[in-house]
Amino acid sequence: MNWLLVIVGGMVGAPLRYLTDRVVRSRHDTVFPWGTLAVNVTGCLVLGLLAGAAPGPNLQLLLGTGLCGALTTYSTFSYETLRLTEDGAGLLAVANVMVSVSAGLGAAFAGVWLGGAL
Amino acid sequence: MTAPDIPTGTAAAQPRPSVLLGQAPVVAVVAIGGAIGACARYAASLAWPAQTGGFPWTTFWVNVVGCAVIGVFMVVVTEIRTAHHLVRPFFGTGVLGGFTTFSTYAVDIQKLVDHGHPGTGLAYLAATLFAALAAVTLAATATRRVLKRRRR
Repeated sequence: MNWLLVIVGGMVGAPLRYLTDRVVRSRHDTVFPWGTLAVNVTGCLVLGLLAGAAPGPNLQLLLGTGLCGALTTYSTFSYETLRLTEDGAGLLAVANVMVSVSAGLGAAFAGVWLGGAL
Repeated sequence: MTAPDIPTGTAAAQPRPSVLLGQAPVVAVVAIGGAIGACARYAASLAWPAQTGGFPWTTFWVNVVGCAVIGVFMVVVTEIRTAHHLVRPFFGTGVLGGFTTFSTYAVDIQKLVDHGHPGTGLAYLAATLFAALAAVTLAATATRRVLKRRRR
């Protein structure tokens, strides 16, 4: 049962990340990885809400480990940062790291606070 | 053939923005890959459970390993050989994207700070960032070197 929840969450989270990135790329013609930033910050907010609201273990596995875990990514974040550096956009690479970490942390703290207030 | 094939017995196509049209096979492999990656991460968390207030080593290594693997993978599929068009969405976007996590990283830092371990939280924040970026850079560079040497 636990594995099934993680599988279902992962099967929703990863395509959501892919489709979000596609939609963002089609609307913004920029080298800055807005799509990955958007899913990472959103996932941090939702996982923060879960941590604050502390629902049952099943919801944690489905929405936390499965959905938020698969929606957010560290591998694409670091690869896109490397690509920005290699393409000569070092400032954008630094900005990507600073904005991703600060916005992700801000979303996580806000999520926990909001979840606790629920 | 002019008429499009309409599969019977499957979910009816809903109106979508054009950017998402024809994405079904890619979405399917990303979903399967995402489930595999999430399961691998869950398995790691069961094998090496995190200790409350301690350095989240399991998530740290999951993210660093995922970054090293994507460094190798992306060089191979984008610079060395032309892979099937579903390989990158399946493994890069699906498996590795589902395996690594940014949300657990951020919320674990929040928990460490909240539970009175701000030093550990800060160390974890910086160590993951540094190790992940170093892993992807070194992996991509090493892969390029090895493959270039082999070609000679």
